[in-house]
Amino acid sequence: MAQLTMVKALNLALREALLEDNRTLIIGEDVGPDEGVFRVTEGLWKEFGENRVIDTPVAESAIAGLAVGLCMNGFKPICEMQFSGFGYHAFHQIENHVARFRNRTRGRYTMSMVIRMPYGAGIRAIEHHSESREAIWAHLPGLKVVIPSGPRNARALLRASILDPDPVIFYEPKASYRAFREEVPDEPETMPIGKAQVVRSGSDLTIVSYGASMRPTLDAAEELAEEHGIDAEVIDLLTVAPMDSETINASVRKTGRAVIVHEAPRSCGPGAEVISRIVESSLMYLEAPIKRVTGYDLTMPFFALEKYYMPDVKKVVSAAREVVSF
Amino acid sequence: MPREKIKLDMKLESLSILDSEGNVDEALDPKLSDADLRRLFKAMVTARRFDERLLKLQRQGRIGTYGPCLGQEAASLGPAFVLQKDDWLVPSFRETAAMLWRGWPMDKIILWWGGNEEGSSVPEGVNDLPICVPVASQVLHAGGVAWGCKLKGTQNVAIGFCGDGGTSEGDFHEGMNCAGVYQLPLVMVIQNNHWAISLPREKQTAAKTIAQKAAAYGFDGIQVDGNDILAMVSATQEAVAKARAGGGPTLIEAVTYRIGVHTTADDPKKYRTEEQVECWKPKDPLVRFWKYLKKRKVLDEKARDLIEEEATADINAAIERAEGYQPDPAAPFQHCFATMPPYLKTQLNEFHAYMAENGEGEPETGSDARELTRNH
Repeated sequence: MAQLTMVKALNLALREALLEDNRTLIIGEDVGPDEGVFRVTEGLWKEFGENRVIDTPVAESAIAGLAVGLCMNGFKPICEMQFSGFGYHAFHQIENHVARFRNRTRGRYTMSMVIRMPYGAGIRAIEHHSESREAIWAHLPGLKVVIPSGPRNARALLRASILDPDPVIFYEPKASYRAFREEVPDEPETMPIGKAQVVRSGSDLTIVSYGASMRPTLDAAEELAEEHGIDAEVIDLLTVAPMDSETINASVRKTGRAVIVHEAPRSCGPGAEVISRIVESSLMYLEAPIKRVTGYDLTMPFFALEKYYMPDVKKVVSAAREVVSF
Repeated sequence: MPREKIKLDMKLESLSILDSEGNVDEALDPKLSDADLRRLFKAMVTARRFDERLLKLQRQGRIGTYGPCLGQEAASLGPAFVLQKDDWLVPSFRETAAMLWRGWPMDKIILWWGGNEEGSSVPEGVNDLPICVPVASQVLHAGGVAWGCKLKGTQNVAIGFCGDGGTSEGDFHEGMNCAGVYQLPLVMVIQNNHWAISLPREKQTAAKTIAQKAAAYGFDGIQVDGNDILAMVSATQEAVAKARAGGGPTLIEAVTYRIGVHTTADDPKKYRTEEQVECWKPKDPLVRFWKYLKKRKVLDEKARDLIEEEATADINAAIERAEGYQPDPAAPFQHCFATMPPYLKTQLNEFHAYMAENGEGEPETGSDARELTRNH
C-alpha cells in the first residue's frame, strides 16, 4: 500500500487501464509531454507513446466528437476536459451523441468512454475555473456522473468508470487533488458505480454530500459530536447519477432528519434530487424539514470571495443543529 | 523583409467529366465496366423512385417529416461506390442513395423517417453510422472512425458527408482541423446543394468555393460537378487511394442543387423562385447518365423498364414490411444503459402499470400530433 494524493491515485488508475487494455486511449489538451495541467497524466506519454496518450488542438467539441467515432471503431477513449468550465464546448456532442448512441442504434454502437473534468472551487483559480455543474450532466439520460472524494475512491471509481460499458462524466474535485493523502492498495480495485457509501455511522441525522464538500462535512460531524452531542451519519454519494436511493433512504428512515451539502448552486442542484428521493419513499419517517447547505444561486464569485460562497464547517454545523432541534 | 505572395502547396482543382448531354471527356473517364455502370444506374433509379415514394408517404401521414434528395443522387452514390465493405460511410440525412448502395434495407430507412429507432440500428455487416440530425456533428464522428482506422493500421478509410450549411458549424471547423493535424484517412464530401433551408449558398460563406476551405486545414480540395456520377466516382477514387496510402484527408465539394424542399415542413416559394429551380433541371444527374448509357449502348429502353419495375416492386415490399413493424413501447428502457439502474427500473414498473391499466388505447396527449407536424 502507498500513501497517495488523489492526483497520484488517478494517475495509477489511468496507467492500469493503459496497461491492461490496448483499446484505451487518453485524449485531451496538454496531456502528453506536459503531463496534464494538474499532472494527472504524469509519465503516461513517456511510457505509452503518442498513439495512446494524445494531445489535441484546442477543440473540446472535437475531443468528445472524435471519441464518439473512436468508440464505434473499437477503442475506449478516456477524454480530458482541461477544466469543467471548458466542457460546455463539448456539451452538444455529449448530449446529442455520447449519451444517445446506444439507444439510437439499439445497442449496435455503444459509447464506452470516460470524460474527466476537474471541477469546483477552493484553489484560487481565475474566472470560469471553479464552477460545479454536475446537475446539468446528471440530468442527461444515458450518462453516468461519478464524483470521488478521496484518493482511494478516486482510483477505484475511475477504474470502474473506464470498465463501464456506458459513458461516464468523471468530475474530479480539484480542491482535493493534493489536499491530503490516503492508503491506496497496490492491487487494482474498483467500487460499484451507483452506490453511495456510509462513511460515518450515526443516529441523530443523515448528512449527504460528495466531492470536495465531504471534508467540511466530516469535520462538521466531528464538531457536532464533540461540542453538541449530535451523532451524525454521513453518506458520500460518490455517484450523482444514477443516484443511490436505497442507501439514502435506509439512513433517513433510521435518523428521521437530513442535511445535504454541495458546492453547486441550490436550485435544481443534486440536493433537490436527494430530497425528492427521500420524500417519495420515506416521508412519514421525517421529523424535520430537510436543509440544504449549498452554493447560492449565483455565479461562483472570483476567487477573492470564493470562501464565503462555499459550504464550510460552520454552515454544516449550523444546519445540522437546526434540523436536530426542530 | 520584402512583401511577397505566400505560396501554398495544397491543390485546388475543379472536375467534370460527364456533361448534361451525356457526353464524356474521354481523357478523364474513370472507365468503369459496363456491369458497374448498370449497377450504378439501377441504384440511381431506385433511389429516385424511393425518394418520390417517401414524399408520398409523408403526404399520406404514413411517415413523419421527410427530407428529399431529388437531384442529389450522384453526389452521394458516386462516393459510396468507391468504398470497400469494411470502409466507413458517415451520412447526414440527404444521402439515401449512398445508404441504399451500402446495404441499408429500404424498410429500415422508412422506419427512421417513421419515427422508429429501429431505423438507426445499423444493420450487421454495414460499416456505417445512422442518419445524423444535428448539423455537421457527424464530421467529428467521421474523423473519429477514420482515426480508429489509422491507429489500427488497416488502411481503411471513412467518407463523411455534410452540406454547404454544415460548413458554417464549429464542428466542421474542428473536425477538418483535426483531420489535417492527424492526417486522418478521411474523405469529406460536401453536398453543396445551394440551400441551407432558406439561406442561399452566397450568404453561407464569403469564400468563393467551399473546396478552398481545405487549404486552411492544410490539405487538398476539389470542386466537382456533383450531378456528374463519373466525376464523383473519379474524384473519390483519387481521394480514397491517397487516404489509404497515408496521404491524409481530402475535401470534395460536390456542386449540386436541391430541386425539392428542404423537408416536407418547408415552403421554398417564400425564399426562391421557380425560375431559379428550373435552370437546374436540365443538369439532372439521372437524365444525363441515361443519355450517356444509351449512347454507349450499355442499356436500352427495355432494360430501363425492367429496372423501373424492379424498383417499384422492391419499394412496395419494403413499405409493407415497414408498416408491419410494431415498436415495443418499453424498448427505450432497455437501451439507455447496458444494465438498467434501480431508479429506472422503478420507472419501468410504473410504465408497465400504466400500460396495463390503459390497455390498447393510444395515450391522450391532449393535442393532435398530426396537426403539430403540419404547422411545424
